[in-house]
Amino acid sequence: MTPPRLSRAMPVALLAVAAVLPLFFPNEYYLQILTQGYIFAISACGLNVILGLAGQLSLAHAGFFGIGAYTLALLGTKAGVPFWAGLPAGVALSAAMGYGIGSICLRSRGHYFAIFTMAVGLIIHLVIQKWESLTHGHVGVIGVPGPGAIGPVTFDSSAARSYLALGFLALTITAIARLMDSPVGRTLMAVRENEALASAVGLDAMAAKRLAFTISAALAGLAGGLFAGSIGFLGPESSNVEMTFNTLLYVMVGGIGSLTGPVAGTFIVYGLSQVLAVLQQFQMVFFGVALVLLILFMPTGLAGVWRSARAGWGGRVVQRP
Amino acid sequence: MTLLEVRGLSKSFGGLRAVDDVHFAVETGSIVGIIGPNGAGKTTCFNLVSRALPVTSGRILFDGQDVTALQAHQVARRGLARTFQSTTLFTEASVLDNVMVGYRQRTSAGVWDALLRSRRLAREEQDAQEAGRGILATVGLADLADRTAGSLTQEQQKRLAIAVALVAGPRLLLLDEPSAGINAEQTRDLIALIESIAAGGVTVLLIEHQMQVVMHLCQRIMVLDYGRKIAEGTPDEIRRDPAVLEAYLGHT
Repeated sequence: MTPPRLSRAMPVALLAVAAVLPLFFPNEYYLQILTQGYIFAISACGLNVILGLAGQLSLAHAGFFGIGAYTLALLGTKAGVPFWAGLPAGVALSAAMGYGIGSICLRSRGHYFAIFTMAVGLIIHLVIQKWESLTHGHVGVIGVPGPGAIGPVTFDSSAARSYLALGFLALTITAIARLMDSPVGRTLMAVRENEALASAVGLDAMAAKRLAFTISAALAGLAGGLFAGSIGFLGPESSNVEMTFNTLLYVMVGGIGSLTGPVAGTFIVYGLSQVLAVLQQFQMVFFGVALVLLILFMPTGLAGVWRSARAGWGGRVVQRP
Repeated sequence: MTLLEVRGLSKSFGGLRAVDDVHFAVETGSIVGIIGPNGAGKTTCFNLVSRALPVTSGRILFDGQDVTALQAHQVARRGLARTFQSTTLFTEASVLDNVMVGYRQRTSAGVWDALLRSRRLAREEQDAQEAGRGILATVGLADLADRTAGSLTQEQQKRLAIAVALVAGPRLLLLDEPSAGINAEQTRDLIALIESIAAGGVTVLLIEHQMQVVMHLCQRIMVLDYGRKIAEGTPDEIRRDPAVLEAYLGHT
């Protein structure tokens, strides 16, 4: 386990940087990119719960993102439900679907689980895309309600929305930090490292994995709802497999299983993808090569490099007379 | 009083009958050994009793209750603990975290307690830490609590595996070849440790290849060969049993 003091200093420092960031680029476009970065980081943190903490590669992640997004969007446009009611509804539905789907998918293991969940993600995407009477298919949903004012605080400006997304990201990281540093986190570690031993000491491995899958789906749903509400428009591509693999890339670059790694990974990869947007679909060539190199040379991601660098400094200090 | 009773236990892997109609009973407070040549079905027998494997037929009664249909974690929570033949630990985690995982079955704080940092969570964490440090002291690993389990020596890892199994206070402990891979002096320490565990009120069932360990520790021994029980009795009876001699030495 990483020492708690250092792993706590990291998110606090990041939060301070993030708080002043909008002041340096008050341009609307960049603020929207920043907001989406925070939202994708929440989703990446969610994927990290099932992948990094429970050790199960779920490829249904964008499906749950889509469920959260479409729940908010459709409740808002068809029933006039405001953002602040639609968002928890989306999270709840994603979590409930995660619990149900997890109960079935988690009976399979390893590669079979990954393939199973990829099929589930594809099915969710196809339902969203093809159920035109409900979701308007490719046309998408227009006029998704944005976050309304809470008392005197309004979220009409792009800067305010970026702070809102940042607030949810900070909450997400705090929640995951508390989970990791608790018996629940220790149970997940046990199941991830050795399921046979975990069962032999009385841990219900299935229940632990299902819990992680549910939390992961809930966070994907939260990110989806924020995504739909912050843009005001929602299309079916928000739930496709490419979205899952993008999120997976964020987590892998940042470091699977680390607390803040997925956030750093999101900002690096998503930021790069914005810079490389001029290359259009050819940017995937760049990311494909980058992913291969990443897996070959730093499989533990940025967080792993950071950890070993820190251990290296520590080692040198000890060697000094 | 009988703590564990196995009736007509069988396990088939395809055409191979790994465990074949085995009956035995373990009395509360005793140390019982299972011996037999390689491939006799000893570990399979353990895996069936600890519910890591589904049984083909037969019944397992633990503390008078039928546990044949239970899952591994359920039977563990009733007080049946085990170790594995190849020393099995959470190698990346600290020594203390390993035993705290072992204690988890005794606590009930869930995800909301963790998120809200409830008082129950704090209390249970303290209990788990105390129990963990206590059991580490018992097995002689108190000074190594903060090391990662994977960095311990083979012999220390074996003691840690026993601590992980013991920390929640089981009534029956299954030890699968506890003396494998350690030297003679360490084996003497291990025998003393197992004796102190039994003296503490834990019933012990162990698989063992080293005869001096079995003969020294066990009140009763049963012998498996090709999945069948071929003998059962006191160490003296087993030493003289012609079926046992034949199984170990072959026809002469």
